[in-house]
Amino acid sequence: MGNGTQLGRVRGLGAGGGAVVHHWWLQRVTAVASLFLVLWFVFSLARLPSLDYASTVMWLRQPLVAVPMCLLVVSVFWHFRLGVQVMLEDYLHGSKRVIALLALNFYTFALAALALFSVLKVALSAG
Amino acid sequence: MASRPIAPPPRPLSPHLTIWKWRVHMAVSIVHRVTGHALAFGAVVIFAWWLASLASGPTYYRLFQDIVFSPLGVVVGFGLTWSMFQHMGSGIRHFIMDSGEGFDLVTSRRMALATFAFSAIATLAFWAFILLGRGY
Repeated sequence: MGNGTQLGRVRGLGAGGGAVVHHWWLQRVTAVASLFLVLWFVFSLARLPSLDYASTVMWLRQPLVAVPMCLLVVSVFWHFRLGVQVMLEDYLHGSKRVIALLALNFYTFALAALALFSVLKVALSAG
Repeated sequence: MASRPIAPPPRPLSPHLTIWKWRVHMAVSIVHRVTGHALAFGAVVIFAWWLASLASGPTYYRLFQDIVFSPLGVVVGFGLTWSMFQHMGSGIRHFIMDSGEGFDLVTSRRMALATFAFSAIATLAFWAFILLGRGY
């Protein structure tokens, strides 16, 4: 893994080990996925004939809507968790940073669980 | 036993926002972070609430719609939609810059301006479509 020379270390993973590259790369992967999924979401919402309860539920119940919606939740939530982490690491230090990162994880996972459960409940309920 | 290290005096911080002349490249970079956080703590909450209200039944969904399509709700929604398109545009700018392109001054300035133009047009088009096309 390029431990021999300084160039090798720069080309490899640097001071943060693999975690920094992994973070950077995942932010790009989730950015590409979110770009397509959010565009799909925006166009689908705009093209729905009505946003009333019955037609929205009927729409969300389709497999080709519920599955992209779940993927959107995973991609967007993962992406913003990485982005907010960078901001917290820029501006907070010491124990404040630890607490804020913990709160960020709780926030992300709680909202993601609510969103995913809601999609599945609508999609899987008899109707 | 090693004693607890004494904290060194705080290092001087660069006055990064106050001493530089504002340029569009720096504005788009700062706005990328600000809009990202508006989305992470605003749009994402409304999105999860929308899904939860759909899963909770027509009464809850009616409450959600009443709040989101209230005048204040539309203003917030407009701002978050702009944030989404602006973050999308500056995100695509980041993809281009990640590939090593667009760093010369003219292109860099053009791309930064293009993100603002894109977000303004896309936001207006989206809301015109939603409000005028549907008659809410």
